[in-house]
Amino acid sequence: MMERINEFYKNFGLPRLIIASFLILLCIAAAMVGLPLPALFSAVLVRFGMHGVLVLAMVPAIIAGIGLNFGLPLGILCGLLGGLISIELDLVGFNALATAILIAIPLAMLVGVAYGWLLNRVKGSEMMVATYVGFSAVSLMSIGWLLLPLYSPEIVWPIGRGIRTTIVLTGRYDKVLNNFLDFSIFGMHIPTGLLLFMLMICFLMWLFLRSSVGVAMKATGDNPRFATASGINVNKSRMIGTILSTVLGAVGIIVFSQSFGFIQLYQAPMFMGFGAVAAILIGGASVKKASITNVLIGTLLFQGMLVISLPVANKIMTLGSLAEISRIIISNGIILYALTQVSGGE
Amino acid sequence: MKNNDYILQMKKISKEYYGNRVLKGIDLSVKAGEIHAILGENGAGKSTLMNILFGMTVIHETGGYEGEIVLDGETINIKSPVEALDFGIGMVHQEFMLIPGYSITENIKLNREITKENIVSKIFGDKLKTLNLKEMSKDARKALDTLEMDIDEWVKVAGMPIGYMQFVEIAREIDKKNIKVLVFDEPTAVLTESEADNLLKAMVKIKESGIAILFITHRLDEVMEVADNITILRDGELVATKKNNETNVMELAELMVGRKIEKVARSKEKQDTAETILSINNLKVMMPGEEVKGLSLEVKAGEIFGIGGLAGQGKIGIANGIMGLYPTSGEITIEGEKLKLNNPQDALKKNIAFVSEDRRGMGLLLDTSIEMNIVITSIQNKGTFIKKFGLFTQINNKEIKAHASNMIKELDIRCRSEKQVTRRLSGGNQQKVCIARALTLEPTILFVSEPTRGIDVGAKKLVLDTLVKLNKELGMTIIMTSSELAELRSVCDKIAIISEGKVEGILSPDASDVDFGLMMAGEYKKMHNKGDELQ
Repeated sequence: MMERINEFYKNFGLPRLIIASFLILLCIAAAMVGLPLPALFSAVLVRFGMHGVLVLAMVPAIIAGIGLNFGLPLGILCGLLGGLISIELDLVGFNALATAILIAIPLAMLVGVAYGWLLNRVKGSEMMVATYVGFSAVSLMSIGWLLLPLYSPEIVWPIGRGIRTTIVLTGRYDKVLNNFLDFSIFGMHIPTGLLLFMLMICFLMWLFLRSSVGVAMKATGDNPRFATASGINVNKSRMIGTILSTVLGAVGIIVFSQSFGFIQLYQAPMFMGFGAVAAILIGGASVKKASITNVLIGTLLFQGMLVISLPVANKIMTLGSLAEISRIIISNGIILYALTQVSGGE
Repeated sequence: MKNNDYILQMKKISKEYYGNRVLKGIDLSVKAGEIHAILGENGAGKSTLMNILFGMTVIHETGGYEGEIVLDGETINIKSPVEALDFGIGMVHQEFMLIPGYSITENIKLNREITKENIVSKIFGDKLKTLNLKEMSKDARKALDTLEMDIDEWVKVAGMPIGYMQFVEIAREIDKKNIKVLVFDEPTAVLTESEADNLLKAMVKIKESGIAILFITHRLDEVMEVADNITILRDGELVATKKNNETNVMELAELMVGRKIEKVARSKEKQDTAETILSINNLKVMMPGEEVKGLSLEVKAGEIFGIGGLAGQGKIGIANGIMGLYPTSGEITIEGEKLKLNNPQDALKKNIAFVSEDRRGMGLLLDTSIEMNIVITSIQNKGTFIKKFGLFTQINNKEIKAHASNMIKELDIRCRSEKQVTRRLSGGNQQKVCIARALTLEPTILFVSEPTRGIDVGAKKLVLDTLVKLNKELGMTIIMTSSELAELRSVCDKIAIISEGKVEGILSPDASDVDFGLMMAGEYKKMHNKGDELQ
């Protein structure tokens, strides 16, 4: 028995145990201050589903040896563009969502190729380069949003040039996934479609990692010199990892937006990569290792903590931005922790 | 002050690393104004002996040493390299410890700068004194003049020819005022012939000024040229101490190599009729530290072909170059077909497998399961262990598991299960995983580099036996690179000795120790040529 507990403890890891205990504590606190738990849990499930794909986008990048993809905003921008074009085409419902994704994927692949090319030239300092690529791309697209030839009145400012900062998706594809096959149980609202979609993508990823290409990618990330000696094209594997990560970023933001109900442009995508990075790290991934399990656990713990801590904190202390501050502390803290472990190695 | 003939005496020096005796009661006595050469193969204990003399931290971290060091009649205990310097023991390193952006003077005087007072230093202390560049240059000039170097002392080290850098190192050592013993650690290894000649001349000059020199090398002719006394180490033991005029190159070569292991029983007649399976023509490999410089070689099918030689001579580079892991030029023909160079895929496609000398760096995925380590190269290059669904593929877990457990049984890999990651396996078991991966490729030619490095005796035997078995039963051509000559001689049919990136000669394992020794030291051809000239 002790052995089993030990084994479980080893696999699960101390940080996750602490966070999980903290989460349970938060739940108890929430119940004590009289917050409706079912509603909180529904919110956790929604956040879990809407962030899941974005967090999953970290997996191919980490596995291919690029490290944490701080350049996720690149993919996100592609997704946002896809989302806008689908509105411009005046589509609604599932059609709109599918079109957005189908437009975003080739865009993200193109961007991914360029991004992968860059990352193959800066081996060893990918993460720092990626961070600034993300920042630059977001800033560049802030100009882009002003100049893009999109004319749908829902998208552009009523007066003047350019696209609005926030675009409402009501009547377009707001919550189409969330509301697909949704149902309520014990007062909890289950966003079935959203969860199914996310789990399906996770499953596809899992399959991919067991393919010949996926295995090559894993070997590349684990030990590039070994990969070379095994006849694996290291640069190609890294390229595939980067493209996949960027594409998942694009799909992820579309899923996120439909659940959120808005498309946010300009500076909004700037720090979105950081949340995803923090989540997968909390899930037990490192700069060199990541799995689908890390994604699921990490997203649940990270989002769960944020969702529940906000109302609890507001009840206990009526300081407006406490939850936001704690989110920033936790996400940046965990990223900092992970980065200090990078060169630890053996 | 007894024994004051001798400036340095090391008495009964022994050293153990984790229960492994690497030095066994070495005695060494050096007089002032003497060049004392220390000869030995890699791993003979030369560097350990020097590390002890320098009080390197590795020595003390691993439990210190036994024996006594007497310098100038006084027993001393050197605890750190800094102390060694204070005692007057200097070292010219094999790798240059110079700062490229500094001038020669600055490098020579580094951390021993001559300074003068200024206003700031009077207030804030000595650390802020001004450099007295004039005096420093004068000293540097003097040291350079001693070595007969006509380079200006203000030149930056960056971009200087390697030979010059070596001299700057030496100049730095002889500039130290109290220097009594100077150690040269394979100083000529990186020099051209004329540079080496100059260096030897400089050594004689330094010796004449009354400094004792310890000269570590494996070049026998240099030893004969300058050394007064010669100490030969083998396997951590003192084999002999000879006076220069009492010995010759042949004897030194024999003493250096010696015979250590009897032959593994091998009942195989020579296959002179077999056809050439691998021919290498003018191979050049840019592998740092193991450069191959225009090597030609032929290997017959069904042989166990040994590649030996001292470290840094390029023997390791051969297999790495053929596998396309380092920039390579030349011509390689495998079974009549040209091999595409710098292309690992092509090498694997031509049924060559490689067990790397760098097990943890290149040979294994340390955080991946044993079974995946065994099959991954085959998955990528042979398309085996995989199920195909149109364009999509999935790994075939059942097959992989079956194959892996089979290999684990056959090679006796000690592990909990085939799912265990390889990081925590012992060196021997890791090596067996590497061999299992190579065998999974079903190669016709198997390259094995340093197969027994860092593994225990039992595993060593098993690995070597496995190689012999593969060769016998499957007719696999095995090309084994090893620093351990004894090991090569016990299993190989032929042994090529590599010196300075080229084949010095090919010997049968029964050839004499003298020949092996001469070849390893790169003297064989020279002696041979001399003989030809005489005829």
